[in-house]
Amino acid sequence: MADPEIISYEPQHESRSAAVTESRPVRITLTLLTLAFLVIFLLLPLIIVFKEAFAKGVGAYFASLGDADTRSAIRLTLLVAAIAVPLNLIFGLSAAWAIAKFEFKGKAFLTTLIDLPFSVSPVISGLVYVLLFGAQGLLGEWLKAHGIQILFAVPGIVLATVFVTFPFVARELIPLMQEQGNGDEEAALSLGANGWQAFWYVTLPNIKWGLLYGVLLCNARAMGEFGAVSVVSGHIRGLTNTMPLHVEILYNEYNAVGAFAVASLLAGLALVTLVLKTLLEMRYGAEIAATRGH
Amino acid sequence: MTTAPAQAGWRFRQPSVIPGFGLTLGFSLAYLTLIILIPLSGLIWRSAALGWTDFWALATDRRTLTALKISFGTAFIAAAVNVVFGSLVAWVLVRYRFPGRRVVDAMVDLPFALPTAVAGIALTTLYAPKGWLGQLLMPLGIKVAYTPLGIVVALVFIGLPFVVRTVQPIMEEIDKEVEEAAATLGASRFQIITRVLLPGLAPAIITGFSLAFARGVGEYGSVIFIAGNLPYKSEIAPLLIVIRLEEYNYPAATAIAAIMLGLSFIMLLVINLVQTWSRKRYG
Repeated sequence: MADPEIISYEPQHESRSAAVTESRPVRITLTLLTLAFLVIFLLLPLIIVFKEAFAKGVGAYFASLGDADTRSAIRLTLLVAAIAVPLNLIFGLSAAWAIAKFEFKGKAFLTTLIDLPFSVSPVISGLVYVLLFGAQGLLGEWLKAHGIQILFAVPGIVLATVFVTFPFVARELIPLMQEQGNGDEEAALSLGANGWQAFWYVTLPNIKWGLLYGVLLCNARAMGEFGAVSVVSGHIRGLTNTMPLHVEILYNEYNAVGAFAVASLLAGLALVTLVLKTLLEMRYGAEIAATRGH
Repeated sequence: MTTAPAQAGWRFRQPSVIPGFGLTLGFSLAYLTLIILIPLSGLIWRSAALGWTDFWALATDRRTLTALKISFGTAFIAAAVNVVFGSLVAWVLVRYRFPGRRVVDAMVDLPFALPTAVAGIALTTLYAPKGWLGQLLMPLGIKVAYTPLGIVVALVFIGLPFVVRTVQPIMEEIDKEVEEAAATLGASRFQIITRVLLPGLAPAIITGFSLAFARGVGEYGSVIFIAGNLPYKSEIAPLLIVIRLEEYNYPAATAIAAIMLGLSFIMLLVINLVQTWSRKRYG
């Protein structure tokens, strides 16, 4: 990503690049301005989370994490991610195989549809399931008659999470597999491998870092989702509260230490995600698709 | 689906020795339909079932209109701020070398990774009257927390990486020779930036703006903590959907959602058009 040839502060490049860069004072000013902006908008929010979490000492921090409702929120978040991420992983692999390995009509349209959840407000992602499964919903009567609880229960939370994290793995794998082409698989098949072997021994090793990258981002979003889950959860303490929802409840009860303690766990997850993501980009940049972000 | 008729002119798919087309496409379509398409069509069906007069009455309700105006207005301002600072961040990261640049580069993705609720309470604490930044702004007469300005601040946080990550790769691809040629022809640095570099970056900047704008319009988690949520003042459209749902006023919630969805689709279309246009012109 970084080209060391491009402008640097080192004097040996100074003469060559003087015509195509800004003067030194301008460069320093712009760099400081950027750093100031990023400190105010990115770093301070991160610092304040940990500062508030430990505002009343380490004891209070761990005491609030040991709370029964908090622990059940952590368990629920882990459970939901453990269901939603593998589902979208399987979908991502399957969709990327169909889209990257074959030419068929309507491919571009299908790719657009896969990205759809990114352009829908999280609240609407939750709302659609309320309209489907709620008491006044299309399937509400039928579900009630059969005693199936989806809304305000774990299945609804899982569904909403699957919806918002739907594109992550697929959109990572599709460009990567398109770039890699079919040559390796065709060679394996011509040497007598069956389709499953070609996938397992040829494709999977080729895409493993990109796959990990997609799963990482998918998981971060799955554990951190707020809006969609908030609409379908019903906010039942100890039962249907995920960690982000529990943060809200504690915060609204003016329990700052409790809210920020749970928030610090989520911030820790975000930091771990960022570190792993950066390591993957640095070491396996070429084996991860060019598309970054989200 | 695998056995598309082998007509001479039209084929559903090109022949290939690679197996698994039917299985993977079939599963993907089924999953997509169940998780995304059926629930979304449910929303469209429900809003269509309202009938035009009811829908219009709900859509033009003053509180709804104000909430939509606040959502789209603040998202627009925040995206504009992000275009300026996001492009600056991208420029500094691509062109300048300074200690810790890699860490700064990685930090830009923080808003993607940090759960929105965490961002919401953190920003609110920072900008509250007694917060680190709030008490600095207080003497200047600037109130951020619990005002529409707070919404903008939250959306700037959320939208920043969209602009940086869209513009940054294009900046990395800029051919230095173009700049050198312009310089030898006597262009000033300012002329090179505005006349040579900016036109090439414009499509990426527009795309970044649209992405940040689209995300800002739908954002909920980070905004509701800092906004104060006063109806007609700092109440965003997604929050109004939640409020209507809690009142069991499904038709109103559906109508607001349908309007937002319609506008999002238009934006998605515009983004795609801009991308096609930029590929044609600069690809």
